[in-house]
Amino acid sequence: MTTQTDTPLIPSFDDEETDRKLAIICSKGNLDMAYPALVLGNAALGEGIETHLFFTFWGFDMITKSRMHDLKFSPVGNTAMHMPIGDVRVPQALAPVPGMQAMATKMMKQQLVDLGIPEVPDFLEQIVASGGHLWACRMSADMNKLTEEDLYDGVEAIINASDFIEMTEGAQLLFI
Amino acid sequence: MPVTTINGREIHVDDEGFLTEYAEWDEDLAKVLAANIAIDLTDDHWKVIKFVREDYQAQGETPTIRRVSTAGGVDTKKLFTLFPKRPAKKMSYIAGVPKPHGCV
Repeated sequence: MTTQTDTPLIPSFDDEETDRKLAIICSKGNLDMAYPALVLGNAALGEGIETHLFFTFWGFDMITKSRMHDLKFSPVGNTAMHMPIGDVRVPQALAPVPGMQAMATKMMKQQLVDLGIPEVPDFLEQIVASGGHLWACRMSADMNKLTEEDLYDGVEAIINASDFIEMTEGAQLLFI
Repeated sequence: MPVTTINGREIHVDDEGFLTEYAEWDEDLAKVLAANIAIDLTDDHWKVIKFVREDYQAQGETPTIRRVSTAGGVDTKKLFTLFPKRPAKKMSYIAGVPKPHGCV
């Protein structure tokens, strides 16, 4: 069935200033948990939404120069890790065996490469280039005894909880 | 599937307005599509559009921003300047290809 339209059908790109804002709190340091924030943040930026990523606790590793290039993944505590054979789960008793973490990390990285998904530093670079804002948590910096020099260049500043609350007024919040 | 009239021609589009027939596009149409969304096409825009169309043909799917940046050689910041706020969708629309399906 075709319908004729006299006025052209144009996608609505909603270019008027939208006040939609998204703030994502990244609190995890495992390789798998770095990605939800990066993918959603990138998607939001691609829709013209002002996006802030706030790194705290273990998520601090994602923006620490000495750690961001080799985040790890382990099936310990994660009953949802499956072998590449059907729905077979990795038994928890095997998860802490020496070598499992390295193997699981390698498998995950390969899956990401196969899908063309960038590594964490490259992804952060794309997010910053797309206009995303990266913030580091003051308390995590203090706990880890790290300063701005230890952090990825794209991080705008180390801010405290109050700053974050002020900055995200009216924003949709996502805690990861 | 809707048919809309652009530039005096009948063009097949999806429910949102993106072109569905690769061969129905031409450069004149692109200019009208760009004008529809308030974009003035410069050489830089054309470079992107050309890459998007070629890559769509070669890969069978619309390139994402990342691919336009890495394989197409136009950096991300530039893409956001050329096609403000929603670069992936805008460039796909003007290039007459479906919006990209990839997440990155």
